[in-house]
Amino acid sequence: MLGFVIQRLLQAFVVMLVISMLVFTGVYAVGNPIDVLISPDATQLIREQTIRAYGLDQPLWKQYLDFLGRLVRADFGRSFIFNMPVLDLIFSRLPATLELTLAAVLGATLLGVPLGMYAGYRPDGVAAKTIMAFSILGFSVPTFWIGLVLIFTFAVSLGWLPAGGRGATSTLFGVQWSFLTGDGLTHLLLPALNLSLFKFAMMVRLARAGTREIMLTDTVKFARAAGESEWTILSRHVLRLIAIPIVTVFGLEFGSTLAFAVVTETIFSWPGVGKLIIDSISTLDRPVMVAYLMLVAFFFIAINFTVDIAYAALDPRLRTRKAS
Amino acid sequence: MSAPPVPVKALADTPFARFRDEFKTSPVAVAALGVVVLICFVALIAPLISPQNPYDLARLVLSDARRPPGYVGSGGFTHWLGTDAQGRDVLSAILYGLRISIQIGLIAGGIAFALGATLGAFAAYFGGRLEALIMRIIDLQLSFPAILLALVLAAVLGQGKWPLIAALVTAQYAYFARTAHGAASTERSKDYVDAALSTPLAASRVVFRHILPNCLPPLIVVATVQIANSIALEATLSFLGLGLPITEPSLGMLIANGFQYMLSGRYWISIYPGVALIVLIVAINLVGDQVRDQLNPRLKR
Repeated sequence: MLGFVIQRLLQAFVVMLVISMLVFTGVYAVGNPIDVLISPDATQLIREQTIRAYGLDQPLWKQYLDFLGRLVRADFGRSFIFNMPVLDLIFSRLPATLELTLAAVLGATLLGVPLGMYAGYRPDGVAAKTIMAFSILGFSVPTFWIGLVLIFTFAVSLGWLPAGGRGATSTLFGVQWSFLTGDGLTHLLLPALNLSLFKFAMMVRLARAGTREIMLTDTVKFARAAGESEWTILSRHVLRLIAIPIVTVFGLEFGSTLAFAVVTETIFSWPGVGKLIIDSISTLDRPVMVAYLMLVAFFFIAINFTVDIAYAALDPRLRTRKAS
Repeated sequence: MSAPPVPVKALADTPFARFRDEFKTSPVAVAALGVVVLICFVALIAPLISPQNPYDLARLVLSDARRPPGYVGSGGFTHWLGTDAQGRDVLSAILYGLRISIQIGLIAGGIAFALGATLGAFAAYFGGRLEALIMRIIDLQLSFPAILLALVLAAVLGQGKWPLIAALVTAQYAYFARTAHGAASTERSKDYVDAALSTPLAASRVVFRHILPNCLPPLIVVATVQIANSIALEATLSFLGLGLPITEPSLGMLIANGFQYMLSGRYWISIYPGVALIVLIVAINLVGDQVRDQLNPRLKR
């Protein structure tokens, strides 16, 4: 087992290295940051000084090695636009994205699982068909379009909810959160709804498939024979049995929801990390782009690594086969 | 009246005819297929039926800009779906936008299909370290969200049709590769492949002529889903400003352009292109659902 862990750890390290190379050269190819950094009427002397200060006169491989050297000390450089350390910038935006993602995934699960279970419990009813039709829509309609319709309906036509921004925030553990104030909550509602629809559709499908399968098993037959009410059967037995795949997907999807947040944050001007990366792409803020991509890659590799190890711990066959 | 039709239906004899007859049993899928065909046809003949060439900037009149649906513009025809910020007829822009969206979806989906299927089938054919390496890379790529990958690539490669297609292909080929690899691994162990290998045929011939045709059913299912996905992905990227150049707006770009006006109540610039996009994507997905049910042997009654 230890050998397997070490092997996977090495593999993850190599992948990170390759990704850092790809990201660095890829981002290096985008635009000319000198135009962003220096005002056009700067003197030639200032121009050259700035270029040297940022190491932009060095060849690509040298810049990459410098970048790696700083990376080891967790130093991603300074943002060209905000003129502050990139890591601080990203961490200052992270709470906004985190609370949006959490609200979306939680909402999708708390709503999607009961509805999906009901659709699986009475698969031929009108309600079940309606729920499934909604889930097909949630799957196929692009996120950005749902966002637009939400804004148009609830913010422009009805005027019930704000169209964008984070609203008033309150401080907890030294971080600003929107969900602690009433105003912040109204701002959070639409983007969270937007982001959750895809996950909602998936949760409905998972819960429905699981419930349909388990309703046919002996567990349910015996529970019925013991005189338990249908409600008790669903909430005590079925829910427990379908919980395992749902929790797995919940964890895995949390990562991809963070990625989808890019679109939702742009539409609702939610000041999170996703909006930061879109803005930094359009303003050619290289250090922010590189740092964001590296962090996302690290995040996903960490998830994969954990899943691999967890599966290997549960299934010994994987250890011998894949370690060869 | 003539004689009543023969009550017993003639037995379908080719796989395609069987497939077609089974497809007809689902009215939703038939209707969806009709919608897809209609939209493709309308997009194909867009220059003939649209009231205006939306890309001809010389023909656009600024005093016609942002007019509501039903407005009769200076061109002398009714703008049934209104006009956008440049005075462009929204209906014409949608018809031309559909052309671009479908084109990009088909080209990106097609290239991803060819690339992914070839890679997956060869990986299964050769096996060993090469297979392990290829599939490891593909699994790794699949663990990243496609939208993020496409986003980064579109940003790195710059604006334009081919960079966009390259980004879409990179984000999607892995789905085809994994499916082809799964199907080809099963085929690889069958006797007919061993028989083909005992003859002096080239590896590429065995893969392309013998293994791949038998892997087609699952690949077709993935293809319908992925074409809808690449249309949606293209729209999303264009909406974020990372897709096509603004001179030839696709549906996503039209929606993005109208977004700022929507906040002041001018809904038609964004909403109608969006409706066209949704109808197209949902229709393709409904067809795909039916195709998947038919080609999935586990659901056979």
